[in-house]
Amino acid sequence: MSDREPFFTEQHDMFRAMVRQFVETELAPHAEEWEEAELFPREVFKKAGDAGLLGINYDEAYGGTGLDYWYTVIRTEEYVRSRCAGVNMALLVQSDMATPIIHDLGTEEQKQEFLVPAIKGDKIAALGVSEPGAGSDVVSLRTTARRDGGDYVINGSKTFITNGTRADFITLIVKTDPDKTHQGVSVVLVPGDAPGLTVGRKLKKLGNKASDTAELHFDNVRIPQRYLVGEEGHGFYYLMHNFQGERLVAAIGAVAGAQQLIEDALKYGEQRQAFGKPIIKFQTWRHEFAQHLTEVEAARRLAYFAADLFGRKVPCVREVSMAKLFCAELANKVADRCLQFHGGWGYMDEYTVSRAWRDARLVTIGGGTSEVMREIISKLSF
Amino acid sequence: MRIVVCLKPVPDTAARIKVHKDGTRVDPEGVKFVLGPYDARTIAKAIELRGAAGGGNEVVAISAGAASGEAEAKKRIKDALALGADRGVFIADPTPENRDPLATAKALAAAIKGLDGFDLVFCGRQAVDDQALSVGPMLATLLGVPCVTDAVGMEVQGSTARVRRAAEGRTEVVEVQLPAVITGQRDLADEQYPKLKEILAAGKKPIADFKFDWPATPAYHVVSLSPPPEPIAGKIVGKGPEAVPELFKLLQSEAKVLTF
Repeated sequence: MSDREPFFTEQHDMFRAMVRQFVETELAPHAEEWEEAELFPREVFKKAGDAGLLGINYDEAYGGTGLDYWYTVIRTEEYVRSRCAGVNMALLVQSDMATPIIHDLGTEEQKQEFLVPAIKGDKIAALGVSEPGAGSDVVSLRTTARRDGGDYVINGSKTFITNGTRADFITLIVKTDPDKTHQGVSVVLVPGDAPGLTVGRKLKKLGNKASDTAELHFDNVRIPQRYLVGEEGHGFYYLMHNFQGERLVAAIGAVAGAQQLIEDALKYGEQRQAFGKPIIKFQTWRHEFAQHLTEVEAARRLAYFAADLFGRKVPCVREVSMAKLFCAELANKVADRCLQFHGGWGYMDEYTVSRAWRDARLVTIGGGTSEVMREIISKLSF
Repeated sequence: MRIVVCLKPVPDTAARIKVHKDGTRVDPEGVKFVLGPYDARTIAKAIELRGAAGGGNEVVAISAGAASGEAEAKKRIKDALALGADRGVFIADPTPENRDPLATAKALAAAIKGLDGFDLVFCGRQAVDDQALSVGPMLATLLGVPCVTDAVGMEVQGSTARVRRAAEGRTEVVEVQLPAVITGQRDLADEQYPKLKEILAAGKKPIADFKFDWPATPAYHVVSLSPPPEPIAGKIVGKGPEAVPELFKLLQSEAKVLTF
């Protein structure tokens, strides 16, 4: 246990070194190629599964390791070293967004069919929430699942679905009772090869290019009712809980990304000369980076506070929302200023800062926008 | 088959190295220590040769007291355990400063002799900090077994090892009777990273403490240690063919590496 970070034991440190090695060996060397291809190989999921990165907090009975949440914090922090937010996001969707509901609420049969292969990296998972007409406003979703005999019949469309073009299953948020609001929402599992499910198009994006993002169309897609997760009509509450893990990894990744941007920028600033001296020697930049480092440290403490509460299962919606809001906004500010620090080179793709700037833009939007975070915080505070 | 892997924690190559105030060694304060790159390869090879654990074969990771201190050395043994080694042995050293390679080889030899037999001993070809390249051959002499240095590949058939070694400008294939000491190059095996479950299992594997009476005085000692000169800041003079004239001029007039 470190004097400075009492949350982390020697075993945590070993895990951090291992994830760093995994990222530097399996992900970082391919970042350029995957960004260019706007996709990365399926086998990356398998490699992450083999390394044990996709089931850190899940029960050992299903192939997980049942460890504390600090391991998830470490893994999320180390992922940023890939300098390829697209692949990081795809892996986080697999482990921290599409599968927690199955682990927490799924039947034994659902866990064997979907969770176990997802933890191994054999099946790719996607989470289907956003629609062309609704994202953060989950109650207004229009995709329906209507009971028909022993089945559900699903109709509607989803969009912005990470891993969507090649998902082996989708944890799908549907309306099982379109006349109801919160109580009309349910969660179902849809195999990727279900008849009637089609990938509309692969969406072009500003950043996170290495991950695939799809539109999905459901045209009378029939699934057995045993694919309902938890209770019908409880999906809104399940999803709100699920969002906490999603937002927390977003916050942790945002802080780690900002820290890395600063470290990269400082190295650049030592080497880049202007007016006869390294540009980091100019007081205007020295003070600015001192400010960024201070704010990143403050953001990390907030994220760690939320992670501690979350790991101990203490109610923490307010704190997670604060962490997501603050860390995501800060990551964008830091990315923007680090790009500025690189001058013309920052605007080119010669350095990774331009990619990081594009990638960071998602984090104030995905998993609930900053505006929604402020609304949640205000509702829970006054 | 019992395979012994000798390890030494070395400063991370990314660490900022400072000379200790006594002027004869690296100041370990604030330095991150890691497994040496050659050691990482010998562990991987040892695990590969052992095959699946539990078949009567074992890999023993040994580290003799190092400048990094006991805690760091034991962490590096745990790294080896996480990579698949079966157990560890740590040889404490109360005065690791100025420790010379012969003393280290003697300590390792004593611990290995206490193991109830061995078939193979691996050392990295060198520790990337001291770069003495001597512990492996000295250890073989002390154990009374042959030593093959700079191995880049090997297979074991019964009691014989066929080793490919990197000689100057060529590759030699040699056969050696076991037991033997092999020092490994980077190409000996691909570096592996542990899996999460192996890290958890490593915490349950034993690390025995081996007591060794270190010589009171070293066979040789470092008189002084000097850091390399500070690098001069680089300069980007442009990009592409247009930058060549300016680069040429600076290489002549400033760096003075072109004299025509």
